[in-house]
Amino acid sequence: MAEVKKIATRESYGATLKELGAEYPNLVVLDADLAASTKTGVFQKAYPDRHIDCGIAEANMMGIAAGLSLVGKIPFVSSFAMFAAGRAFEQVRNSIGYPHLNVKIGATHAGITVGEDGASHQCNEDIALMRSIPGMVVMCPADDVEARAAVRAAVEHNGPVYMRFGRAAVPVINDKPDYKFEIGKGNIVREGNDVTIVATGICVDSALGAAEKLAADGISAEVVSICTIKPLDDDLIVQSAKKTGKVVTVEEHSVIGGLGAAVCECLSANLPTPVKRLGMQDVFGESGSASDLMKKYGLDAEGVYKSVKEWL
Amino acid sequence: MNNLELQKRANDVRIGIVKAVHSAKAGHPGGSLSAADVFTYLYFEEMNIDPQNPDMEDRDRFVLSKGHTAPGLYATLAHRGFFPVEDLTTLRKLGSYLQGHPTIQVPGVDMASGSLGQGISAAVGMALGAKMDGKDFRVYTLLGDGEIQEGQVWEAAMFAGHRKLDNLCVIVDNNGLQIDGAVADVCSPYPIDEKFKAFNFHTINVDAHDFDALRAAFAEAKNTKGMPTCIVMHSVKGKGVSFMEGVADWHGKAPNDDEFAVAMADLEKIGAELEKAGEA
Repeated sequence: MAEVKKIATRESYGATLKELGAEYPNLVVLDADLAASTKTGVFQKAYPDRHIDCGIAEANMMGIAAGLSLVGKIPFVSSFAMFAAGRAFEQVRNSIGYPHLNVKIGATHAGITVGEDGASHQCNEDIALMRSIPGMVVMCPADDVEARAAVRAAVEHNGPVYMRFGRAAVPVINDKPDYKFEIGKGNIVREGNDVTIVATGICVDSALGAAEKLAADGISAEVVSICTIKPLDDDLIVQSAKKTGKVVTVEEHSVIGGLGAAVCECLSANLPTPVKRLGMQDVFGESGSASDLMKKYGLDAEGVYKSVKEWL
Repeated sequence: MNNLELQKRANDVRIGIVKAVHSAKAGHPGGSLSAADVFTYLYFEEMNIDPQNPDMEDRDRFVLSKGHTAPGLYATLAHRGFFPVEDLTTLRKLGSYLQGHPTIQVPGVDMASGSLGQGISAAVGMALGAKMDGKDFRVYTLLGDGEIQEGQVWEAAMFAGHRKLDNLCVIVDNNGLQIDGAVADVCSPYPIDEKFKAFNFHTINVDAHDFDALRAAFAEAKNTKGMPTCIVMHSVKGKGVSFMEGVADWHGKAPNDDEFAVAMADLEKIGAELEKAGEA
């Protein structure tokens, strides 16, 4: 088998910003001293006058983005998820969400795959935080193809958007001619009948790997890839749950408030179904390589496989 | 508009504030009254705005960073013709567009505010946007002296100074009082002017209730190039209402019916004196 191409979604973000810079003269990018890491530096190189480094002051950066949007700009604001969603939560809520401003937040280094920096920088709470803000679109792309599509969709959407990107390189899985992206729509990336695995971000790849292993044991798993966690594709999840009768969620995020919670909210209202939530089980992460951490917390293919097998 | 006309408008604004807060049985009269003169000066004299076209593209912008003094802003906008003065008494009531703190749905309001320290950042963003587009509109933002205890204010100030945003005018309403008492006792922000100076602002100290002084200060701000201006405005909290003046307790509570009657009598007396001065 040929080597699968691996690209970090933050790379896709930076590259797409640069492309969009040519198409949208009013697009501006803000960063808080992390341009090399968030990859907004790629945009900066092409459009230095439209890249605004705010220094290490994320709260102010969110407010500046709000002000820029009120004078006709389309600001993309970037920092690590910990600071964009965590530190600046109230600014995002009150200065961007409440007036429903056209500000896009590109948060990188989300989840435990930040790796060696450790728990202080591993944001496992951002989906929960951002999802709770009325009118906020929340997206967590699985790979390069989806990340590029999500950034494009964000610029075309009128209103606040939160995008979650990872530090670690992830396999490209959506590189197919029939791939289509729409805000609020999920994709069935593998069909199955015995169990539905709903995954987001880097965990879609783990879910696919787990499904492969389950197949060897005679278990047919359907894998649903959810990029838009809010608004959630309720129809797709209900449709798959109806078919399989059992749902597992996988995310590189706390099981509290994230994808797992969103899926449970959807199913409890529409089709009560047993759900097993995989993710960070109400604990902080720790230092280590991204792959070691995914393994330790049971979020790699093997871990997901074991959890599903055990639960069924 | 001459000073007497401005004084009359400011008195109308104060009456609007007292009526609105009394009707709402809640709200923030103290800091609304201390800023009534500057609200009046900005909207009746200084800013390029059009009540018939509140979203005019290249209008001057105003962000009420001390958003709790919404009654002052609303009363000013109403008297300037952005919406009916009668609507002021719907303040804070269910279904009213006049929310407890400013929202962008209100005609003439440029930014939602109320969570302290955030408005100045939005104002900085607007000023930056104007610079990027080579537009010459100006951006004004009003902060409380207690509000500047918020760290975000200084993040914004550092950025504005660094970017030399001379189209930005930060006004600090230095009435000296916050909810828990004197700002000097709670957590002193003094010296305010020196702090902004250290963040590369031009600074001006002014009597908040003297229209000649305000006129001179805003002219100086406009003529200052290469750096933003901070006007530290020395004011009296509760200005115009005898029993509210200089009393921290009137930061965030409404007058009862008896107190309302006294407040209205105070302001009507001032109004009558201004009328008389006009006839003389």
